[in-house]
Amino acid sequence: MSLNKEQIKYLAILSRMDIQDSETKDVVDKLSRIVEFVDQLQAVSTEGTEPMAHPLEQGQRLRIDKVTEDNQREKIQLNANETNNGMYLVPKVID
Amino acid sequence: MTSNWEIVIGLEIHAQLATKSKIFSGASTAYGGEPNTQACLVDLGYPGTLPVLNQQAIEMAIRFGLAVDAEISSRSVFARKNYFYPDLPKGYQISQLDLPIVVGGNMSILDGDGNEKIIGITRAHLEEDAGKSVHEGLDGLSGIDLNRAGTPLLEIVSEPEMSSAKEAVAYMRKIHSIVRYLEISDGNMQEGSFRCDANVSIKRFDQKELGTRAELKNLNSFKFIEKAINHEVMRQIEIIEDGGEVKQETRLYDSDLDETRPMRSKEEANDYRYFPDPDLLPVIIDETYIAYIKETLPELPNAKQQRFIETYSLKISDAEILTATKQLADFYEAVEKIANTESQITANWVIGDYTAALNRDDLEISDAKLSATDLAGLLNKIADQTISGKIAKEVFEAMWIGEGNAEMIIESKGLVQITDDSEIETIIDQVIENNPSQLAEYIGGKDRLFGFFVGQVMKETKGKANPKKVNEILKKKLI
Repeated sequence: MSLNKEQIKYLAILSRMDIQDSETKDVVDKLSRIVEFVDQLQAVSTEGTEPMAHPLEQGQRLRIDKVTEDNQREKIQLNANETNNGMYLVPKVID
Repeated sequence: MTSNWEIVIGLEIHAQLATKSKIFSGASTAYGGEPNTQACLVDLGYPGTLPVLNQQAIEMAIRFGLAVDAEISSRSVFARKNYFYPDLPKGYQISQLDLPIVVGGNMSILDGDGNEKIIGITRAHLEEDAGKSVHEGLDGLSGIDLNRAGTPLLEIVSEPEMSSAKEAVAYMRKIHSIVRYLEISDGNMQEGSFRCDANVSIKRFDQKELGTRAELKNLNSFKFIEKAINHEVMRQIEIIEDGGEVKQETRLYDSDLDETRPMRSKEEANDYRYFPDPDLLPVIIDETYIAYIKETLPELPNAKQQRFIETYSLKISDAEILTATKQLADFYEAVEKIANTESQITANWVIGDYTAALNRDDLEISDAKLSATDLAGLLNKIADQTISGKIAKEVFEAMWIGEGNAEMIIESKGLVQITDDSEIETIIDQVIENNPSQLAEYIGGKDRLFGFFVGQVMKETKGKANPKKVNEILKKKLI
């Protein structure tokens, strides 16, 4: 299966990627090759095989419910473009 | 107008789990901290960090599943739900899709006619909460506080089996009551620890397939849920009766305007591209663990309600009120144990005067000055006829504000009931003597003047005469 331009545009919206018209053809070709590789896998019969959620044959390790992290806001917010009263500021989003 | 239409409602309830730390990190979940002081590198999705699952969140989910007779999955899987929003730092929410931890289950509620109705529970899955956005006073920008990001949520999904807003509220109240009994969520709706989305559709009674549904988002009070659903039902009926079609969409309820309106964004990209989270392994739960948790479950509201009806011969509706919270149920039983009044009378006091006083002063049971022993002491003064039920209300109010125990207040205010026959007789004789014209009328056949004499005696004794004795003696005297 190969992808078309519309699908690439839709994926670009979903993944918030800015793909220029001039790049689209290249992206379509490259992504299509990945999808074709997945198609090869589809040819294998998996009947009776339980879907695998993780390659490690183990169960999830659990941690005790305990607060172990202290306040690192000052350090972390050195990476932020803009803050106000401890909040990160972003372009207005409202529903 | 609604009579031609069948209403179909399903609820998705989000209960914040009462863990100390987050579902995948060791940051605190305490409410009300300074913005971003409880959001660590894992919560913020920093490169190189990995989520590690909180054991308590798993245990709480299992407790819920067992309480609603659900199946606990021996193997459940976390998946990534991908979307972009500033309050979601990683660009995906860790949730569960195909293999949730709790599958099936049911909850019995009372429908509009007071009959038992079973509502199916489809599933309950674990996920992480997002942060919060603030839009006011930031000069056209939005402020993001990520303290809530990563707080564990249990999303409880019902079957579309409720057929009125009232049933939806009854179901939500039951779930609310259960999560608090299980102590897995504080259920605080103002703080957003317990909220719900409602899927609402309508169809004609003879119609087989469901109508197109609208999803109402973020309903965070029982009152709003009922209003929002009723409003949405009317909106859909109007659309269809005018020949239109209901659109499948997400709508927000505006409590100020009492209306729902479509959400503007998020619609175009409602494609979450779920896939198993490679950072997390499947959660394996063995039978021994489930059996161990089952042992620790408390008596649940429905069982307690049934026991109250059988043990104390209470009315169903009263038993339901008393068992709505564990605190109130425990309080009732503590009073009941010591009080010599009939169980139903004790219940009336707990549901009536006591609960009214709590509500009036906006207090929790644990904050009230009046203890169960205090209230039982008061009821015992009614039982041994020291005071009448009416005087008891006066004593109750004094006890409520901490003036002392029943005995002290009755003593200091001189409220002891007059039960001595000769004393009551003397007063009655006096009342009869002072009212010769009424006596003449009464003898002349005006029976209802009997009440006048009772009233005069009570007035004379400031309500302290034993009403039963007053009636008895008056009857003899007035023949």
